[in-house]
Amino acid sequence: MGIGIRIEELRKVYDTPPPMAARGAGFSWGGARSGRKEKKKYEVQALDGISLEIHPGEVFGLLGPNGAGKTTTIAVLTTRVEPTSGRVFIGEHDVWKEQVKAKRLIGVVPQRPNLDFALTAREILLFHGAYFGQSARERERRTGELLEKFKLTDRADHMVRTFSGGMMQRLSIARAMMHDPEVLFLDEPSAGLDPQTRLLLWEIIRDYNRLGKTIVITTHYMEEADTLCDRLAIIDHGRIIAQGTPQDLKRSIPGGYLLRLRFDRVPDQLMAELQKLPGVTEVRSADRIAADVYADRGGPLIPAIVNAAQAAGADLHDVHIEEPSLETLFLHHTGRSLRD
Amino acid sequence: MNWKTFYAMLARDGHVARRNLFPMLLQNLLQPLLFVFIFGRVMTTSGIMRPEYKTLLLPGIMAISMVLSGIQAVAMPLITEFQFTREIEDRLLAPMEIGWLAVEKIVAGMIQALVAGLVVIPAGLLLMGSGVNLSFHQPFAFVAVCLLVAFFSAAGGLTLGCSVGQTQIGLMFSLVLAPMIMFGCAYYPWSVLKAFPVLQIAVLVNPLVYASEGLRGALAPQAPHMHMAVVLGALLLIDVALLAAGLNRFHRKAVS
Repeated sequence: MGIGIRIEELRKVYDTPPPMAARGAGFSWGGARSGRKEKKKYEVQALDGISLEIHPGEVFGLLGPNGAGKTTTIAVLTTRVEPTSGRVFIGEHDVWKEQVKAKRLIGVVPQRPNLDFALTAREILLFHGAYFGQSARERERRTGELLEKFKLTDRADHMVRTFSGGMMQRLSIARAMMHDPEVLFLDEPSAGLDPQTRLLLWEIIRDYNRLGKTIVITTHYMEEADTLCDRLAIIDHGRIIAQGTPQDLKRSIPGGYLLRLRFDRVPDQLMAELQKLPGVTEVRSADRIAADVYADRGGPLIPAIVNAAQAAGADLHDVHIEEPSLETLFLHHTGRSLRD
Repeated sequence: MNWKTFYAMLARDGHVARRNLFPMLLQNLLQPLLFVFIFGRVMTTSGIMRPEYKTLLLPGIMAISMVLSGIQAVAMPLITEFQFTREIEDRLLAPMEIGWLAVEKIVAGMIQALVAGLVVIPAGLLLMGSGVNLSFHQPFAFVAVCLLVAFFSAAGGLTLGCSVGQTQIGLMFSLVLAPMIMFGCAYYPWSVLKAFPVLQIAVLVNPLVYASEGLRGALAPQAPHMHMAVVLGALLLIDVALLAAGLNRFHRKAVS
């Protein structure tokens, strides 16, 4: 079994700076007048009616550019941001009515490590276990296991403020797993990680998922969403613009395939023939030996391309088929690139 | 209410406090004890101050020490933990209503305030030499005042800690704590302010006044002091008000 998540018509309007913005400067008592003025300035609609169903035991990805509302969605699901309207459920528990029950079921890895800097790595895990009511023996055992798993054993008794970014990230994940939560939230887990650590992270996430746990991950890396997630929702400006499996989503865009062809030469006749093939939306030729064909299919076009080349007296040297990517998908739905 | 979680958080604060014990004691106690030595020993022995001043001064120093320790024990870590690193998040995500985390901070601050206050008595007696006439004939009043003072210091620390940013810590000391100490009737009894009628009324908003007067009433009843019932009533009101303000500010800081 596992625990699913339901999000109903979630809306959030910030009248103070959102959670990731650096806060804490200034006496915040302020005068009533200045307070009201600032409130007007800070009308940010972060979530605009999001509804989602995340199934038990799946790896679900929230994909979108910075500021799309991914972090706010996670923050509402994890009791850190109160929604303006709408409801969220972890399992059967309404997160904002049964906070404590919901909190028992979830583990959270934040975008930026929020480790307890007054403690060592080992103490962070031990105290985290204690907060969740684990017995002393259980805490010790799990702490040892997790430190080992995340390759932190040799630095376990150092203060975490001396840790590198990657180590802090690993410890954050270890801490989130310490109380064996049914649902694990990871907000941009691989941002700033080197490729090797990223692979380790993916392996750990998959392992945890194999235990039947539900995983919710936000990312703006296509590769990560594509390889890791069972299903995805693409978020932009606080709305869901598409959802489904990565394959379904990619299939949904017309002309999503790109066939990069190389010939010994590309006569005009060949260009014209390629243009006429079924499903082809656009043909571009960079120089006189290569052609980029955008089409709604990949492999099935090859025989026709070979025939067209023979008819035009050209030799086909190389074919490379690029499948539709989430990048093209995002571009298709929003008109903007994910990296913008 | 989840006592296991509450206790674990208290244990965490205790652990961190023990790790920083020496600098923390130095920070909270050095200044009051130097004051005890200069005013209670040097000035009295040299004849600039009368010997009775010793007895008048010690309860006031105890009040300052408690209030400063309680405020700092809660406010300083909170200011750091609520910074952009959001270190407090792991405790906000623990399976307990977040209001209890604020209560836990108050309890931890109270313990530190009580320790800092009680240390002053033997240290003061030692530093001032003979001539300090403390009375322990009102144990209930003494304990009640100590608990109420520790509570408002910690709750005040909670309110301040959730209202002040890291860059304003210096400002907090010079704008809030320094005037509070000087107008807190710690170095002089409230009754001497009758020569400054406006000031005498104005200082009544200062919680430290009731702490100093209450401890003076309990430990040195022969010295002039406010009536104990007034002190206890005022402290109770202040406790309730600061608890409400602290919880409110904490909640607004913790949940967006």
